[in-house]
Amino acid sequence: MDDTRHGLGTTTGAQVTQPIVQLEGVAKTYGGAVALSRVDLTVHAGEFFTLLGPSGSGKTTTLRLIAGFERPDSGRILLDGQDVAALPPFERAVNTVFQDYALFPHLTLVENVAYGLRAKKMPKAEAHAQAEKALAAVQLANFAGRKPAQLSGGQRQRVALARAMVNRPRVLLLDEPLGALDLKLRHQMQQELKRLQNETGITFIYVTHDQDEALSMSDRIAVFAQGQIEQVGTAFDLYERPASAFVADFVGSSNILGNTLLRPEKLHLVPHAHAVPEGFEKRHGSVREIVYLGAITRAIVALEDGGTMQVMEANIVPVHGGLRFAPGDSVTVAWPRAASVIIGGSINKGEQ
Amino acid sequence: MNLKKALSAFGWRRPGMANAALLGLPALWFAGLYLAAIGALLITSFWTVDDLSGNLIPGFSLTNFQQLLATPVYTRIALRTVGIAAAVTITDVILAWPVAYAMIRLADQRLRAVMMAAVMVPLWSSYLARVYAWRVILAHNGLLNWALMEIGLPRAHIGYSNWAMWIVFSYLWLPFMILPVAASVERIPPSLLEASSDLGARGFATFRRVMLPMALPGMVAGAIFTFSLTLGDYVTPMLVGGRGSDFIGNVVYSNVGVTNNIPFAAAYAVLPLGVMAVFLLIARKLGAFDAL
Repeated sequence: MDDTRHGLGTTTGAQVTQPIVQLEGVAKTYGGAVALSRVDLTVHAGEFFTLLGPSGSGKTTTLRLIAGFERPDSGRILLDGQDVAALPPFERAVNTVFQDYALFPHLTLVENVAYGLRAKKMPKAEAHAQAEKALAAVQLANFAGRKPAQLSGGQRQRVALARAMVNRPRVLLLDEPLGALDLKLRHQMQQELKRLQNETGITFIYVTHDQDEALSMSDRIAVFAQGQIEQVGTAFDLYERPASAFVADFVGSSNILGNTLLRPEKLHLVPHAHAVPEGFEKRHGSVREIVYLGAITRAIVALEDGGTMQVMEANIVPVHGGLRFAPGDSVTVAWPRAASVIIGGSINKGEQ
Repeated sequence: MNLKKALSAFGWRRPGMANAALLGLPALWFAGLYLAAIGALLITSFWTVDDLSGNLIPGFSLTNFQQLLATPVYTRIALRTVGIAAAVTITDVILAWPVAYAMIRLADQRLRAVMMAAVMVPLWSSYLARVYAWRVILAHNGLLNWALMEIGLPRAHIGYSNWAMWIVFSYLWLPFMILPVAASVERIPPSLLEASSDLGARGFATFRRVMLPMALPGMVAGAIFTFSLTLGDYVTPMLVGGRGSDFIGNVVYSNVGVTNNIPFAAAYAVLPLGVMAVFLLIARKLGAFDAL
């Protein structure tokens, strides 16, 4: 892999990459419906690894297989090189942060967090001391005696995190943990998660359908579609060199012309018949829609030869007289030839 | 049509009136019949009966209660009744758990429906027929002893005894325990059981530390049925109990029907009420009603 060449998005490049979780030909069906068909995947120690995809794509099934809540129909699941496919969850050195948090409602926060330590026969006093420390690490030291019902969604989320991490798992599995939070809190928790991961060095495997979340947090991302992995790579790889039309479309906004991908922000909008520099390609059309979004303006252009293109322009220059274009204007869409990417051109589909 | 419209508009404007209209009849029934009957019971328990004429003497006298406390046989009968009610309740909790667990957590939709029907079917048939069936099974020359002899074991002497009552009551009220326990098991989110397993707890630890405490309200609801139904019964002791297997209900029955001492019967009937009150207080202390 040439992960390190562009120097973006990876922290693993500098470290020795040692596989911690490996899936080999893992398949899973639920009563005839294929959830996962022969998936291969390698996650390295210390990585923040994201499983990204729409609902029903197999990402959550993959996580549940690693946790041990499901058993694969075929294939091997290796944790630290040992096949754990036949082991129950309580014998695997992984812990899960559940989508609904799954806090025990009849136990206090400190009892919730100490649950895993107590299950491993740690004396109560010691387990509670560690649990309180873990609660302090997520800013909930003063809430130790409360029950989960007395907390807000964001607080419950942090308890779930503390309850999993206090066990020092080899791998922490997170199943859309921020899905129930509002946008502001979600951004705050994203940073919090990233910080915790950096400080502890625990490998995170993170399931989400939110591409922004995936791009902003992950060292590497596996994009799932219909029970298969479309591409594994850094945020940069997925966005700039998508392995398939699905990835190109799912990650970010895109214009797809045949097998060529054009990202809307790399396009320019100029008045019709305006001169276009050497090395640029162009298409003529008329503006169908203009949406002003503050930092950027998005234009939908109906092309003369059929189809539409989306153009995003940064609002860098103060526009005194309002927007440059209005619906109905004849325009030319232009882009440097280097901006067009052949989809699947640099193949890194599946696992390296 | 217009009247209907006017009525529903009125109900919408005054939700208090709408509630009163809905609850009026049940409230009347509850106050007029249910509470009045208990009130009459309590009042009567302080009356006495003229020994010679058999006429009721209204008033306030503790004679009945004194007689109950002073006569060892009544204490013994009360302890037997409460003891067997408690034994039946514990037995039914133990028997209900595997059934409820299998029904909710293991069975698929179809099997669950079949199991549910199997649990309910006995409730649709006659109580008397079922108790008589047990009488035949447990009798000295009954099915049980026949089967024991066939496989070369000695006869069991459980017909017409406290053991027989314990078995038959446990059988009779088991559905009343299974259904609320199953309902409360169903309310436990599966992710909690996964979380427990994920955190390193084996199956039994998950049962003890998550399922059991979370299903407590269901067990208490079932226990209210099994305990109070046993406490108030007098037919099963009559049919499968032996001589000296009387329940409180049998004493009440003979005092109402045979000796015609209704005040004494009322005084004895106050005891199960008191026992149930204590039972419910303990249940509340355990947090069984927190979810209500």
